[in-house]
Amino acid sequence: MHLLLSLFIAVVPIWSDPPAERANGEIKVVDFKGLQKHLDQYGDKTLVINFWATWCVPCVRELPYFEQATEYYADQGVEVILVSLDFSKQIETRLKPFLAKHELKSHVVLLDDPDANAWIDKVSPEWSGAIPATLIRKNGVEAFYEKSFHSFDELKEIIQPFIKS
Amino acid sequence: MMKRLTGIFGCLSLALLFAFTLPVNGGYKVGDKVADFSLQNAIDDQWVSLASYGDVKGYIVVFTCNTCPYSVMYEDRLIELHNTYAPQGFPVVAINPNDPGIKPGDSYAAMKERADSKGFTFKYLFDAEQTVFPAFGATRTPHVFLLDKKKVVRYIGAIDNNAQNASAADKPYVAQAIEALKNGDDPNPDFTKAIGCTIKVKS
Repeated sequence: MHLLLSLFIAVVPIWSDPPAERANGEIKVVDFKGLQKHLDQYGDKTLVINFWATWCVPCVRELPYFEQATEYYADQGVEVILVSLDFSKQIETRLKPFLAKHELKSHVVLLDDPDANAWIDKVSPEWSGAIPATLIRKNGVEAFYEKSFHSFDELKEIIQPFIKS
Repeated sequence: MMKRLTGIFGCLSLALLFAFTLPVNGGYKVGDKVADFSLQNAIDDQWVSLASYGDVKGYIVVFTCNTCPYSVMYEDRLIELHNTYAPQGFPVVAINPNDPGIKPGDSYAAMKERADSKGFTFKYLFDAEQTVFPAFGATRTPHVFLLDKKKVVRYIGAIDNNAQNASAADKPYVAQAIEALKNGDDPNPDFTKAIGCTIKVKS
């Protein structure tokens, strides 16, 4: 019975219920290759991928709009993935308390891959490396923004074309 | 038919979206000559231009600030770069590009305090009018522009390849670029990217 139960837990898809993936307070930590693999699991869904960190004020300020997007597009094949660039030393002291306090509904993964020069261009050649930055992608079509969003409407405007297509 | 039309419309609107969101790639590229500037040094209130450095072999211009964690992680490495390379003719020229209206921790007074408590050996200039960082095309802190003697940009990018752990960095990009210039070579790489904080611009 226990074996069955643990098997069941092991095969629950990661996108089943965002808060559930952090139910035990753990956070998925990946290098860039791991992040790519992680994102590929969402198949042909529209992914709204936001690069942020708890120490980044403009990032934290725009988080509510990404949370709104998670709710607003819940039934439209959109997944919001918050890729945290918090420092690995601060997972316990900053990131986890932040996530617990704000009860984020979007997916959160921590990207811990120091050789940023090797992967920034793979996110987008347009990205200089400043955060916040947001990538939307669906079936190989991508749009990249190195900017802050100041309202949910502003964010919706760039997600919407991916819903129509 | 309707579906196909919707599809075409979708593609069109995507194309339009991209057409209007292409970034403006301003600023200096490797090979460009830099226009001199005059900024105040928070450490001694003197006005500093590149020309005021006199007979040097180059300039390690770095846009950095007090408040960005990435800038803070590189402070000791900037001091080390300056202490190693200023005597060889390559001083660090640190410039804070942030608007203190948005980031009070990056005010001129706060720069003074930070320079004092960290013991900055290099000049720490304040881009108060926010005109110098756009001319360079700096987009984040820290962001390095290595200039040669003729004020031509020879390297743009990161200080090394590991912000969080200096001892694990095995590609000291700026140091390597300076060594290349000393040998009369072109730096390779001459452009790298790194994660950093956005520059806080007066709205």
